[in-house]
Amino acid sequence: MTVLPTNFVPEPLATSAAATVTLLAPTARFSLRVWPEDRARLSAALTLELPVTIGQRARGTAPDGTEALCVGPDEWILVAPDGAGPAIEAACGDAYCDAPHSLVALPDREVSVRIEGPKAAELLTLGCPRDLDALIAGQGRRTVFDGVSVILWRDAAQEFRLDVWRSFAPHVLALLETGCRELALD
Amino acid sequence: MLLIHCPYCDETLPEAEFAYAGEAHVARPLDPSSTSDEEWRDFLFIRSNVKGDHFERWRHAHGCGRFFNAVRDTVSDRFLTTYKAGAPRPDLTALKDAAE
Ligand SMILES: [Zn+2]
Repeated sequence: MTVLPTNFVPEPLATSAAATVTLLAPTARFSLRVWPEDRARLSAALTLELPVTIGQRARGTAPDGTEALCVGPDEWILVAPDGAGPAIEAACGDAYCDAPHSLVALPDREVSVRIEGPKAAELLTLGCPRDLDALIAGQGRRTVFDGVSVILWRDAAQEFRLDVWRSFAPHVLALLETGCRELALD
Repeated sequence: MLLIHCPYCDETLPEAEFAYAGEAHVARPLDPSSTSDEEWRDFLFIRSNVKGDHFERWRHAHGCGRFFNAVRDTVSDRFLTTYKAGAPRPDLTALKDAAE
């Protein structure tokens, strides 16, 4: 089944006493790969300090500036408001000769949902085998949700963002909707 | 479910995030065209199939994406250690002493 970006309308998907699942509006999104010796140059270009510990996040100085999540020893996910993509591409492009890197735009490869509410963490255990207590608010991880690779951001104790590849989204979102309903039953 | 320590993420995580990737320290011949058919066959297909402590590769597929090495007892499934790709093969006796 082809799943098009236009299939996703930002709106609440499920609400219960347990949790609320909301499909978020599109954002600018990139995968950045760069060697350690060139990281400082890219940090300067992005006006944020690329974190070196896997799972750590950093945000640019602007109020809703670019946010970077370290997902591998030389790999980051960048997220910025919709429309900020060309500026990021230009800034990194200027640094390319000094600091060779790979910057791949993936704005609509994934869709994002916010999961919040008193049982938000419990809802995620439906598909996520990790110990979520070890994922501290303000951090993020690439992990697995019911067999699907996802990026999981913990924004607060009971507030998460989940980035899911678009073609897997119908499965993951249906599971979250079911869980949202069932967790409110007891 | 096994719990596996990723040496890059420095976290002990559920097996579901990882993919097994065969025996470790199998080096590709530096000059493949000079190897005999038998040597090439051995490189491609012949593995030690250890019963006991096995040096093996894993990949943190749903995580940092890195390949790394591990020593796992194939009988008990107990991991003695994991270490980064490219690091030397650890001394098995020292590992087992440390695990006691
Ligand atoms: Zn890892």
